[in-house]
Amino acid sequence: MSLAQAGLAATPNGYKLRAKQLGMIYYADSKSVAALEDINLDISDGEFICLVGPSGCGKSTLLNLMGGFLSPSSGSVTIDGEAVTGPDQRRILVFQERGVFPWLTVEGNIGFGLSKLPRAERESRIAHYVQLVRLQGFEHSYPSDLSGGMKQRLQVARALAVNPDILFLDEPFGALDSITRVIMRGELLRIWQTERRTIVFVTHDIDEAVQLADRVVVLSSRPARIQEILNIDIPHPRNISSSRYLELRDELLKQIGLAYEI
Amino acid sequence: MRVPVWLRPVLFLVALLVIWEISVRMHPGLILPGPIAVLAGLEELLHHGLLLKYVVASLFRVTWGFVLATITAIPLGLALGWYRRGEMAFNPLSQIFRPISPLAWIPIAILWFGVGDLSSIFLIFVGCFFPLLLTAMSAVHNIPAVYIHAGRNFGLSSKAFVARVLYPAVIPQLLVGMRITLGVAWLVVVAAEMIAVNSGLGFLIVDARNAGNRYDLVVAGMVVIGVIGLLLDFTMRSLEQIRTFRWRSSED
Repeated sequence: MSLAQAGLAATPNGYKLRAKQLGMIYYADSKSVAALEDINLDISDGEFICLVGPSGCGKSTLLNLMGGFLSPSSGSVTIDGEAVTGPDQRRILVFQERGVFPWLTVEGNIGFGLSKLPRAERESRIAHYVQLVRLQGFEHSYPSDLSGGMKQRLQVARALAVNPDILFLDEPFGALDSITRVIMRGELLRIWQTERRTIVFVTHDIDEAVQLADRVVVLSSRPARIQEILNIDIPHPRNISSSRYLELRDELLKQIGLAYEI
Repeated sequence: MRVPVWLRPVLFLVALLVIWEISVRMHPGLILPGPIAVLAGLEELLHHGLLLKYVVASLFRVTWGFVLATITAIPLGLALGWYRRGEMAFNPLSQIFRPISPLAWIPIAILWFGVGDLSSIFLIFVGCFFPLLLTAMSAVHNIPAVYIHAGRNFGLSSKAFVARVLYPAVIPQLLVGMRITLGVAWLVVVAAEMIAVNSGLGFLIVDARNAGNRYDLVVAGMVVIGVIGLLLDFTMRSLEQIRTFRWRSSED
């Protein structure tokens, strides 16, 4: 068998990330709690996936399994055909809060994963990502001097600086006020369109999911299974009062089991 | 006219000293010396070269005891905090040793090291070791999991992880613990010097009383102890103010 064939076999169908029969059981005080059950999910290169579901259903658990921060109780996660066994610089997890290092400046944070690069290249990458997330003029500021939205942009910049294939975002805008949140969605889409990375994004915000994702994966309540995968077939920029948008939004609300009216 | 803010505590202090002096003069039979007598005593000590000698002796012991405790207890505490099993093994021991006053070690210190610098350094070491150990362990426990995850995510080696995540994350808490412990060390040295040595500020106080009830020198010694304690605390506080060290206070 040729190497090319072997390489092809390693990434069947060109999927970036595959989760196969993934299950997770937590053990606490001699009780076991099943968090995830039989998760099968294929994600293509460059795709924007949103994971939604009731709170506490195991969205973050799934993200942590894909990122290698947890080991599954059953099943497997493969990225480029290679089993995920631990955290890796090729896939970076962005946290909801306190993700940036408060003892480093904006520059120090962005350069955190770049210490092995020669100085000139490190500096040019830092400058590039400062610009990309629009933090010019704050290079020497500490996170305590930044707003919540700026801190999250900084975290995204730090993640992108190491040139990962996949970004895992765990409710990255969950702690922001609603106006900043909408602005940040636009920023993330702009960054995703320029940088073209695969993104897996956990949210509990229906609008966020429909505005951002190529596909929305709806998880059921605990133990979480994949209940539905919704294709968002609206091109960017999305008109959020178009009938198709509202239709998809309604469908998502229905999937989650929420009424149309409050 | 408004009194500047910085002047207010000074004026209050002066007022207290005046009241002290007046009340001592009104009741001359009492044994407590007034502030003027204390000042004269201080000058006398200074004149004989004793003050500087005793201050240096006390600071020398505190420095050694404190530094030895810091370089042993903090790395050990960080390691135990990180490896929970080590902590569980060590915990009963530290819980039993912690409530024993360092002064209870005085007989043993004299037995092991004789009367001299070494035994008082040992006592300060004992007094500082357990508070610093516990500070370091809890500092590790308090590192937000997010920092540890992020550090692992960026593929740091263990050595780099300690230098670039663990150390900066614990330093603000360690500095607070070190400041409080240095205060303890200063308390212990005075007590230790009353028994185990024949120099230093603690010795000065006992000696002044034994050598003819020189209570002016006793109070002078107390004043010097207080002022130096204040300066030590101030020095440690200014360390906490260094920008890269003080992230915690500004973040929360």
